[in-house]
Amino acid sequence: MRVTVDREKCIGSGQCVLTAADVFDQGEDDGIVVLLDAEPSPGSHEDVRQAAKLCPAQAIAITV
Amino acid sequence: MTDILGEVPAFPMQRAAGCPFDPPPGYRKLQAEAPITRVRLWDDSTAWLITRYEDQRNLLADPRVSVDIMHPGYPHITPGEASRANTSAPLKQERVFVTLDDPEHARIRRMVIAPFAIKRVEALRPTVQRIVDGLIDDMLAGPRPVDLVEAFALAVPSLVICEMLGVPYTDHGFFQHNSRIIVSRQSSPEAVREARRNLVDYLDELITGKLADPGEDLLSKLAAEQVSTGELTRRELAVLGFFLLAAGHETTANMIALGTLALLEHPDQLAELRQTDDPKVVAGSVEELLRYLNILHMGRRRVALADIEIGDQLIKDGDGMIMALDVGNRQDDVFADPDRLDIHRDARGHTAFGFGVHHCLGRPLARLELQVVYGTLYRRIPRLRLAVDLADVPFKHDGLVYGVYELPVTW
Repeated sequence: MRVTVDREKCIGSGQCVLTAADVFDQGEDDGIVVLLDAEPSPGSHEDVRQAAKLCPAQAIAITV
Repeated sequence: MTDILGEVPAFPMQRAAGCPFDPPPGYRKLQAEAPITRVRLWDDSTAWLITRYEDQRNLLADPRVSVDIMHPGYPHITPGEASRANTSAPLKQERVFVTLDDPEHARIRRMVIAPFAIKRVEALRPTVQRIVDGLIDDMLAGPRPVDLVEAFALAVPSLVICEMLGVPYTDHGFFQHNSRIIVSRQSSPEAVREARRNLVDYLDELITGKLADPGEDLLSKLAAEQVSTGELTRRELAVLGFFLLAAGHETTANMIALGTLALLEHPDQLAELRQTDDPKVVAGSVEELLRYLNILHMGRRRVALADIEIGDQLIKDGDGMIMALDVGNRQDDVFADPDRLDIHRDARGHTAFGFGVHHCLGRPLARLELQVVYGTLYRRIPRLRLAVDLADVPFKHDGLVYGVYELPVTW
């Protein structure tokens, strides 16, 4: 699984952080998404899929 | 779909008697039979009512969908809303970001994203706990029965915002007094306008002080980052500060009171919540109550900026749309047995805070406040109960935000 985030689309809701905290964080200064791991381990895949679904700005893209 | 008179149905519709926690049955019927359909509003104008979860998400995230309240096709829900749009703040510079589309929306919203980041808000937990415990101390020392709305629900969000904005403790009384007037159904429109002006003027003055002598609070930070640099005027920041209070006041207060009532009506789950040591159970209960109650019950309103094909319908450029998120959150192929309150279900996919770029900025703060409240109130007042019959509780059926006007409780 490869994950990308669109920092222009991101509105800083933090839903991704709540769903998959080992893959997503928010920048200290701007609250915008920071991708911690572009190739998360299989154990995180379900959480990452859920994060992509929950993102209100649809800023998370997944390719398998 | 039209009713037997061949006319389009009116919006909003009425809830069923005895089912104060469920959306109007009419929305459920439309969701099943005509999920994208015309409805008639208070002024005889018509708009599209969208009742399915996926359609709502797709439209709210569509860049052809606008929040511009000044657009002639925007579907106002009340005469008050329509007249406010026509007479006040016609200039885009004077409008808070919630009624602006991108790019102006993003420019202003991005100034306030960082203070609402998950970890930043989490750091406020001890402050929120202190506020909640203080209010409970006062209730326990006072008379009973007591109105939970007046004594507790309204105070939590306004005191929390005071702390976040950096309102000095000595001014909390003034702040509370004016915020109450704004949300009270007893207030005349003039009284509400005056209270609003009082608060914006007050914040304006407070910001002047913070420009000279900044603290660690949100207004000080924004004054230094945005006012000193000329990105915002002092007045614009005062209006923004006021908006942060207003957006989170009645909403959070109503979730506190209505959530308490819903839990009192589900005593087994209330007992579990009261006794749990697991923060995940508290957090899950908050998300489920948000889904189940969905207090913004007048729909999310939008206007189309281009033709939009959706399902077998064509929404035309300039058409108004209403997303009835309450019934979307009760769709049975999204949430199994959706009309059942179940604090253990995974309710995270709910849209109670909206979707798309206007998704509620304050969500992390609301979540924190509700986690602290639901995790503390019933534990500290374990024999909390209604002091009246459920049938005598006054619900805000016609309010923009659903809830209860008062909740007499005792213990």
